[in-house]
Amino acid sequence: MSAHPTPASADTASWYDLHEHDHPEGGSTLLGFWIYLMSDCLIFAMLFAAFGVLGGNYAAGPGPKDLFDLPLVALNTAMLLFSSITYGFAMLAMQGGNVKAVQGWLLVTGLFGAAFLSIELYEFAHLIREGATPQRSAFLSSFFTLVGTHGLHVTFGLVWLGVLVVQVGQRGLVAANQRRLMCLSLFWHFLDVVWIGVFTFVYLLGMLR
Amino acid sequence: MSAAHDTHGADDGAAHGTMRDYAIGFALSVVLTAIPFWLVITQPLADKGLTGGIVVIFAAVQIVVHMIFFLHMNAKSEGGWNLLALLFTAVLVLIVLSGSLWVMHHLNTNMMPMSHSMADMP
Repeated sequence: MSAHPTPASADTASWYDLHEHDHPEGGSTLLGFWIYLMSDCLIFAMLFAAFGVLGGNYAAGPGPKDLFDLPLVALNTAMLLFSSITYGFAMLAMQGGNVKAVQGWLLVTGLFGAAFLSIELYEFAHLIREGATPQRSAFLSSFFTLVGTHGLHVTFGLVWLGVLVVQVGQRGLVAANQRRLMCLSLFWHFLDVVWIGVFTFVYLLGMLR
Repeated sequence: MSAAHDTHGADDGAAHGTMRDYAIGFALSVVLTAIPFWLVITQPLADKGLTGGIVVIFAAVQIVVHMIFFLHMNAKSEGGWNLLALLFTAVLVLIVLSGSLWVMHHLNTNMMPMSHSMADMP
């Protein structure tokens, strides 16, 4: 028994690869990360379904019209949209190989993300001060779970963004860092997509109820 | 075996955006966000159902805009697996959302013959 295939067997058609081919490090990372995002999408689908079912159960408590401030939500939406375009600029700077520009745009993106989170926390604090806590009704429980989960994702995105600013500063735009930047790009834009669902189904349709 | 087969994944297949992509995506997103907010805040349409329908259509269009211009989704990236995973997820999301709402709506109408709105109760 020989460990190596004989020349004769290499000529015949086979259903397996006779020799290992090279898989560069990180070659499948982006597809894998995309599949993670799709699973995350399912988490949000469950939370949207829960809100869709429970969103009208106010338990004689306050409803969307008593609680939501649409201009504030519009401002929040603008912050997230601005952060999306500035992350796009960071990716363009990365393609140009400009380390300082990448770091600069990442920091601008982080500032917009932090502004989004601050406005959201202000809104939550305002609701809780008015007695509209998660324990008040099924509507508020599902509201805080859905919007809070999105906010938690943004928070972790901000942590990741900060780590990448440091890593890009230390190692430059090496292949691994470019891959990380592309993964965070997918994550960040994905969060903006989820927010479209949140402001439409929770805030806008809530005000029309 | 061809040489191309020996190096798998050297080309990551990920699509890269251009300044034009991001600019178009951003401009479309601003319009597609501003109109629904304006529709709901000023309520120029008397029919709430119609307003709601338009708002949902704008959201669906904006999600597609983000997918194309920000996430650079196309049928070719990663050999089509990105799009396939996305379509599979979209089908699951549709089943979860429509199924939950449909079942729970019928449960509510059949199990609670009284007023649906707790706000109407004393």
